[in-house]
Amino acid sequence: MRNLISLLSGAVFGAGLFISGMTDTSKVQGWLDIFGQWDPTLAFVLGGAIIPMFIAWRLTPGRRPLTTTLFPPQPPVRIDTRLAVGSLLFGAGWGLSGLCPGPAMASLGYGGPMHWVFFAAMLAGMLIAPYVVRLLQRPQTA
Amino acid sequence: MEPDWIWGLAGGLLIGFAGVILLWGNGRIMGASGILGGLVDGSARSEWVERSLFVAGVILMPLVLYPLFTKVDTHISPNYAVLIGGGFLVGIGTRVANGCTSGHGVCGISRLSLRGIAATVFYLLAGGVSVLVFRHILGVI
Repeated sequence: MRNLISLLSGAVFGAGLFISGMTDTSKVQGWLDIFGQWDPTLAFVLGGAIIPMFIAWRLTPGRRPLTTTLFPPQPPVRIDTRLAVGSLLFGAGWGLSGLCPGPAMASLGYGGPMHWVFFAAMLAGMLIAPYVVRLLQRPQTA
Repeated sequence: MEPDWIWGLAGGLLIGFAGVILLWGNGRIMGASGILGGLVDGSARSEWVERSLFVAGVILMPLVLYPLFTKVDTHISPNYAVLIGGGFLVGIGTRVANGCTSGHGVCGISRLSLRGIAATVFYLLAGGVSVLVFRHILGVI
């Protein structure tokens, strides 16, 4: 059951990424290009995605998910160096390439070989991330 | 052809529904970088089947839809340095920050999570500066 739900969610996610324009790097960079020809399309994507999720979160108290006992716990409120540095690095790469992790997966099948180049580099970055985390934590633990 | 914003809104709603399915079905946050990252570094070994199926769905569904649409060029850069550098930064950054556009952006903001909102402000700012620098100053994208 969990596997089926995962597959369904992935398929709907992939469909949404595909038709929304999130896999079009020129639309993404157009949205981030606030100093040039700004393209507002992605504001509709993010806004549209938040609406069902906002309602879904509101309905969670006192209920439980279909296949497990608990909803994900509320994360700590702390905004730390990891969150800030990681998000800044991610944003820099997102602007440079026009791809974030979801669309990078969704475009693998039809986008051509250059998408595999990006995907491979992204996976390599994911493997290196723990070392960057250790580097960031060194000043506090020393 | 309908205007882009209608496709954006429709696609956005689907992305949101995908998040609802995973949250209410499996009690999980739909974060692309978290699901993929856990598979890559082996930190989610006990869940590898369901995570792999999620990834399979994300990759296969656009392939099914692809023939039904015209104008689906992804306009990806032909420049290896841009793609390798960009991919590297996206991979490191999303794992260090524990989330990307879907986890922090869609799931975090909709939960009114301060961390999700802060992360989104940081990566949008960096994305804006990145496009400014690489497009308008250096001219490489």
